[in-house]
Amino acid sequence: MAATDVDIFSNEEKRNLSLGGHVGFDSLPDQLVSKSVTQGFCFNILCVGETGIGKSTLMNTLFNTMFENEEASHYQNGVYLRPRTYDLQESNVHLKLTIVDTVGFGDQINKEESYKPIVDYIDTQFENYLQEELKIKRSLFNYHDTRIHICLYFIAPTGHSLKSLDLVTMKKLDSKVNIIPIIAKADTISKSELHKFKIKIMSELVSNGVQIYQFPTDDGAVTEINSSMNAHLPFAVVGSVEEVKVGNKAVRARQYPWGVVQVENESHCDFVKLREMLIRVNMEDLREQTHARHYELYRRCKLEEMGFKDTDPDSQPFSLQETYEAKRKEFLGDLQRKEEEMRQMFVNKVKETEGELKEKERELHEKFEQLKRMHQEEKRKVEEKRRELEEEMNAFNRRKVAAETLSLSQPLKKDKDKKKSVNTENQSGVSFSNSKVMMAKANMEPLNCQSWWQAIQCCTCLVHSDAWRQGLF
Amino acid sequence: MTTNIRYKSRFMKSEESEDKQYVGFATLPNQVHRKSVKKGFDFTLMVAGESGLGKSTLVNSLFLTDLYKDRKLLNAEERINQTVEITKHTVDIEEKGVKLKLTIVDTPGFGDAVNNNECWKPITDYIDQQFEQYFRDESGLNRKNILDNRVHCCLYFIPPFGHGLRPVDVEFMKALHEKVNIVPLISKADCLTPNEVKKLKDRVRDEIEHFGIKVYQFPECDSDEEEEFKQMDKELKECTPFAVIGSNTVVEARGQRVRGRLYPWGIVEVENQSHCDFVKLRNMLIRSHMHDLKDVTCDVHYENYRAHCIQEMTSKLAQDNRTDSPLPILPLPTPDVETERLIKMKDEELKRMQEMLEKMQQQMHEKDQ
Repeated sequence: MAATDVDIFSNEEKRNLSLGGHVGFDSLPDQLVSKSVTQGFCFNILCVGETGIGKSTLMNTLFNTMFENEEASHYQNGVYLRPRTYDLQESNVHLKLTIVDTVGFGDQINKEESYKPIVDYIDTQFENYLQEELKIKRSLFNYHDTRIHICLYFIAPTGHSLKSLDLVTMKKLDSKVNIIPIIAKADTISKSELHKFKIKIMSELVSNGVQIYQFPTDDGAVTEINSSMNAHLPFAVVGSVEEVKVGNKAVRARQYPWGVVQVENESHCDFVKLREMLIRVNMEDLREQTHARHYELYRRCKLEEMGFKDTDPDSQPFSLQETYEAKRKEFLGDLQRKEEEMRQMFVNKVKETEGELKEKERELHEKFEQLKRMHQEEKRKVEEKRRELEEEMNAFNRRKVAAETLSLSQPLKKDKDKKKSVNTENQSGVSFSNSKVMMAKANMEPLNCQSWWQAIQCCTCLVHSDAWRQGLF
Repeated sequence: MTTNIRYKSRFMKSEESEDKQYVGFATLPNQVHRKSVKKGFDFTLMVAGESGLGKSTLVNSLFLTDLYKDRKLLNAEERINQTVEITKHTVDIEEKGVKLKLTIVDTPGFGDAVNNNECWKPITDYIDQQFEQYFRDESGLNRKNILDNRVHCCLYFIPPFGHGLRPVDVEFMKALHEKVNIVPLISKADCLTPNEVKKLKDRVRDEIEHFGIKVYQFPECDSDEEEEFKQMDKELKECTPFAVIGSNTVVEARGQRVRGRLYPWGIVEVENQSHCDFVKLRNMLIRSHMHDLKDVTCDVHYENYRAHCIQEMTSKLAQDNRTDSPLPILPLPTPDVETERLIKMKDEELKRMQEMLEKMQQQMHEKDQ
């Protein structure tokens, strides 16, 4: 905001005037201050370091409170970030503090992917802010800013140099967030070793092109202190929330059998320096840097990715609107094309299915025809058989009649043969053979009956006796 | 040394009491002592752990020499893709006529790369190589001068900055606990207050048990040892894993020159028992248990390796039918499961065919009749 204002002023003609009396606009900073105090401040810290290196303890020591924290285990599958927001108040200033912890950092055997969750988290916070900024109806003044203002990178006090994981991670983070490297658990390094260690770390960072946060040295009031502090980076800190009696005061310290390490003693560690720099002097500058440098860089990259440019190929200033319109048209065109494609596909599919159905219909029809034909065949055959049968019946009847006329003058034996042959014919001729035999019998043996009634009865008896039926006579 | 005194006192006792029935083999310990002094001892110690945990400093403090004079440490950049190397330093040191050939095996690069998958493989390969070398030498024809390069003890350095064992620690110890005696140490213990030391030790002990890691166990004392010895032994066992501090520099403390570290808030003395467990480690490693470490390596780890090796070789021989092994091994008459099954099948087939044959014969017989 302030940068563009200055530009406008420099383009126009301006003259310096001196005032005749006291106007009163020197109260502007105070107005600004009272407005920000009522609004409240917001600060986000990201702590990156191995499990157990002292991140939570340092936070507790810095802000002099006990933030609730359970110890993390070493056996996480990957790195994940744990943000916690607290509301703090000191005199009449409200601070909304968010502390983001990296859980599981440095514990895995393969640490090649360890930096990714951290970078993703930072980008997500930037993205959220960008989305809010691009909204039509936006409320930036009461938006909870979750962008990370400062990343405290905890270096393990090996005394030799940075670890390979540290170097890789810091390289990935330096363009996205302000980094302040810290040597943790510094009560394990003696003074001479510490000096060598710090020099080694800084030279490694410089030779690998890692940009850590430099305290600003262009702001008159704090130039001196900032430039001297810059020379003390990285800060070697010790954290403690326990109090130990030293002299007649109770100070925060760590009690060893060989001595007491006091947290706020400048000759013991750089904790006081860190607190000065981080909280008392440069907190506002950190926030500004995050917004003006890191966030702007992210925004530029993101928008360029989407296709927006500040100047088109003819070096004419583009407006966001035109680009937006162009993009929209492109998008709609895309959409239409896709619709067409889908419709085509659909039509093709329908045609295919239709074809298949037709095929099936034809097959069914054929089958039906076949069955019908078979049916007819069968019918015909059956008809034929019936005709044959009838013919046989007729033939038989004729033969019977012929046989009757013959049998009047034939001996019994021939009857027997005939009977035999008759019996071997099909069963439908059985009744005929019986009546035939009966008649033959009637012609052979004169019945000893007195009257015609008796004769008939005798005949009936004969017929009904089993012996007749079987033709055993 | 306490051991000397013990043996000597026994010798004296028996001479006084039984003059007539005195045979004299009570002098055997002395004879052993004399011969071993003449022969000299050797010991191979391996140190493993990430860079910057004070391994070299501790070794220097243990043996009161400077083994790492011209060492070049790598930058962080160079370490991103570093592989583990194995380096050996051998020194001959002498004390009161007793010679010791000390070999220190160092593992630079362990756990330093960004991707540490299987970073313990070169170490296990090295240990196996030493075993194999000894195995071949032992089975050779001329066994006069066998060089024993087997690793007798591995000091594993656990960083004190965490809450206990990390995955890479667990994996390393699990890969090595059947091959070498592991003695876990908590390094750079001057960043832990006494309470924190206790908590961390309990944590590490629990995790070692939980993961089933077999670290080196001190042998149980005999019941007829002196009380003092038993007490010492008990203390030793309760103190594991040892929390140690090492130092390359000598400082002035309480009017004496001692090895220590100078801080603005005090002086840490390496040999002060209330400051760290360095003295206990030194006593255990050098003064009382060095030979036991060697014995366990020979009797347990090496024998396991040897048995495993031989088993593999014989199973291979049975399959390939080759006889070009370096050892004269008889092929064992244990048949394969596979061949047994085949034999059984064939037997059954034969039986069936015989039965059928008999039946047919019978039938033919009947028909003829």
